[in-house]
Amino acid sequence: MHEVKSIESIQSTNDFVIKFANVNGSGSASANQMFAKAMFRMGIPVSPKNIFPSNIQGLPTWFEVRVNEKGYLGSRGGVDIAVAMNPQSYSKDVDEILPGGYLLYDSTWKRNFNRKDITVIEIPLTQLCVEAFKNPKQRPLFKNIAYVGALSVLLDIEYEVLENIISEQFIKKPALIEPNLKALNLGRNYVLENLPYPLGITVSRADKLEDKILISGNEAAGLGAVYGGATFCSWYPITPSTSLAEGYEKYAKKFRIENNTGKNLFASVQAEDELAAIGMAIGANWNGARGFTATSGPGISLMSEFLGLAYFAEIPLVLFNVQRGGPSTGMPTRTQQSDVLACAYASHGDTKHVVLFPSDPKECFDFSAQAFDLADQLQTPIFVVSDLDMGMNDWVCDKFKWDDEYKYNRGKVLNKDDLDEIENFGRYLDVDNDGICYRTYPGTHPEKGAFFTRGTSHDEYARYTEDGEVNAATLSRLMKKFRTASELVPEPVIEINGKDSCGVIFYGSTSPAVHEAKDILKEKEINIDLMQIRSFPFNLDVWEFIANHDRIYVVEQNRDSQMRTLIMAEGGISPEILRPLVHFTGDPIQASYIVNKISEREVNYKSHINAKKR
Amino acid sequence: MSFKKPINHHPKLETNKLGLTRRDYEGAVSTLCAGCGHDSISAAIIESCFKLNIEAYKVAKLSGIGCSSKAPAYFLEQSHGFNSVHGRMPSVATGANCANRDLMYLGVSGDGDSASIGLGQFVHAIRRQVDMVYFVENNGTYGLTKGQFSATNDLESKNKYGEDNLFKPIDLATMAIQLGATYVARSFSGDRDQLIPLIMGAMQHKGFALLDIISPCVTFNNHDSSTKSYDYIRDHNEAVGKTDFVPLGEEISTSYKEGSSTEISLHDGSKLALEKTDANFDPRDAGKALNFIREKEKEGKVLTGLLYINDLAKDLNETLNVTQTPLSQLQQDVLCPGSEILDEINQSLS
Repeated sequence: MHEVKSIESIQSTNDFVIKFANVNGSGSASANQMFAKAMFRMGIPVSPKNIFPSNIQGLPTWFEVRVNEKGYLGSRGGVDIAVAMNPQSYSKDVDEILPGGYLLYDSTWKRNFNRKDITVIEIPLTQLCVEAFKNPKQRPLFKNIAYVGALSVLLDIEYEVLENIISEQFIKKPALIEPNLKALNLGRNYVLENLPYPLGITVSRADKLEDKILISGNEAAGLGAVYGGATFCSWYPITPSTSLAEGYEKYAKKFRIENNTGKNLFASVQAEDELAAIGMAIGANWNGARGFTATSGPGISLMSEFLGLAYFAEIPLVLFNVQRGGPSTGMPTRTQQSDVLACAYASHGDTKHVVLFPSDPKECFDFSAQAFDLADQLQTPIFVVSDLDMGMNDWVCDKFKWDDEYKYNRGKVLNKDDLDEIENFGRYLDVDNDGICYRTYPGTHPEKGAFFTRGTSHDEYARYTEDGEVNAATLSRLMKKFRTASELVPEPVIEINGKDSCGVIFYGSTSPAVHEAKDILKEKEINIDLMQIRSFPFNLDVWEFIANHDRIYVVEQNRDSQMRTLIMAEGGISPEILRPLVHFTGDPIQASYIVNKISEREVNYKSHINAKKR
Repeated sequence: MSFKKPINHHPKLETNKLGLTRRDYEGAVSTLCAGCGHDSISAAIIESCFKLNIEAYKVAKLSGIGCSSKAPAYFLEQSHGFNSVHGRMPSVATGANCANRDLMYLGVSGDGDSASIGLGQFVHAIRRQVDMVYFVENNGTYGLTKGQFSATNDLESKNKYGEDNLFKPIDLATMAIQLGATYVARSFSGDRDQLIPLIMGAMQHKGFALLDIISPCVTFNNHDSSTKSYDYIRDHNEAVGKTDFVPLGEEISTSYKEGSSTEISLHDGSKLALEKTDANFDPRDAGKALNFIREKEKEGKVLTGLLYINDLAKDLNETLNVTQTPLSQLQQDVLCPGSEILDEINQSLS
């Protein structure tokens, strides 16, 4: 290690950002996840973020881990420790290190780095692995495990924690446990024998995560679909939603196998494209099964025609949109919230859709399960809109809960006995005056209840009509149903923090950054009231919050401030009250960015008010 | 608009084993042009269902967009119908079929719907072996938009305005054989005797059954220079033979010349008896069937009849190892793993 006396090395416990720079396809992901899991197991809040290219092999990829005992888990910016394993990106990786930070690199090939203000840690990882492992294919993989071993000494990570993670990871391939432990100790021993340790940055058991789990939003949503009773999944591979369908299949294969026969109590079909994916899901729902599809932005564009059909013919459907960077193919491996309007108003003609916005994997699970009830209750597509950041990265969140007393709500469906009682069945008769009509599944009754589902204009008996008044009545009833929906969807989470505070509206994955910003602003004596929007249509609480604030910042990750537009359009809210606070680089928004934007404008606001008073 | 037919029956109408008359299998009054081939196909479907004693409520009728896709409204009033979006009926049928494998699925499409906008879905429904009867009511033209060429129209066949079709046709029947459809027949809406046994066979077949039915458009494609007109097809139709549908438990009563007949057992135990016009033709051999179609095509003939059959293939639900109970009927007790398992999952994630 180069001892450079002139710099003050960063000193901290359980509060730092470490960034691993790797080559895509080099097997680094599991080693990096092991590091993050070790933090979690020591009870220290952690947020790993995979920053990856749209590529299979060869391009640079990064894995950024924020460790923060206070639980601030949004992206922070700046790097305290860089683990630079990719010479291709050395210069960028070294530039990002904060003054006083640390650089660990593979010194098998020695380098000079043009930074006097950082500590450079040299470990000849490749050389160590070449000497220790015979199989050339395994060497690069074990190099990754070796740097985790080295870090465990440098940062004081409990060895047993890592040992356990390795044993669990290879529980089905026990032959791999021993060489992985050997690689771990290779890194450990090198540091123990050759380098000063620990660094100024260390970790220490914190036990802050007793009721928490570490999971990605996609896996959580897939599990939620299993719990919500989904029996049919049709999907087309697209980043970043693929792992949602795969998550569903993973859990369905475990928990949805018929006793005695071993047959599947579900069907999952990889479709030929997004159009077919949604068509199949619509067919399954029409026929009485709970079906869903999962996609991302481009898929929403492709599914638009079918969405109009499901809306107009009133067929339940659950659609997950894990948003990525747009427009067009955009940035497939970066995060944005830029499909809000595309989802809310998807398809031609007058259409409006129910949209749920989970803000962490716990809500991905909850909303996923709930979406199937809402779809059946409202007989319409329900969008669950997350994004790449929460969909593909593991987030710390509350443990999942399930109430065994809870019964699925399959909505207004008439069975054979019901139909026997009814004289005159009309699929689109608004019997209960809530905009929601009674449906029948095919195959229910020999003589009654059949109807013709169509995307053409239809009357209350599902017959084709070109009578404009009849069609207008249908469109108006659908609006009535949409108002009914606003009473059923998840309400916003509101936090009032003081008198005369400004309001902040946010949704989805900006949640950690917004909450951290709130605390920082409070220290600057700027109080903000928070409203996390969790669904569209907006319910009364949303309008009340807006009515109670004269200035509201709408935080979102898109250029056009789409949620703000939606609120203005739906509530007739003045543009002056709702102020855009947007971030759309494709990287997750940071608390510091929100703090700067709000404090700058709040200072202006206060001086403006004071000037008025004078 | 749709108009219901009056429900009064003549008391002496013939009934089937369910005590139903043909009228009980009808639908709304057709709004297609008088003489439209599609109406003859609807009539043949009604006759087939009547003869097979099908319970209409256990049938789902699905279609895309176009004249053909309106047809499901005109038969089987007691069946649920689904007029979906243009070219996408196959995907809706696929999902519906997975949700409830107990129903019979009739997909009704046209040449625009299946050979152009929906070609991809047509192909993939076959590839997945969705258990359904897929009707292509093939008239070579876009009727609802007033007579544009479709992708099944023959090269240099003229439209109503005397213009040449510049492109070669797509033959959905040969395509289906190549893709592994397990029941492929071609017929003509004007040949009721040929059509009905083919439909009955398709309905009793397990797997994807394609019926490519040439169905002249009386308004836009029935003129002298059309190759999809009534006259042209009557003149150029060459049947592979005569197909009889023999219901379960009945003996084949017709006696065929030795060496010229084939008997094919269907999934449910009923049989198809085929009297072949050419001893070399074998509908169980895909390669031979394709060659035969091509040979006749070179002779300027449209080969009709049962072109290919394989009654042993697995359908989609079998391939996906889906339970016999319709997924739509599974209840929460088997669907929801419950809180104890969730606790274990939580444990594994911490």
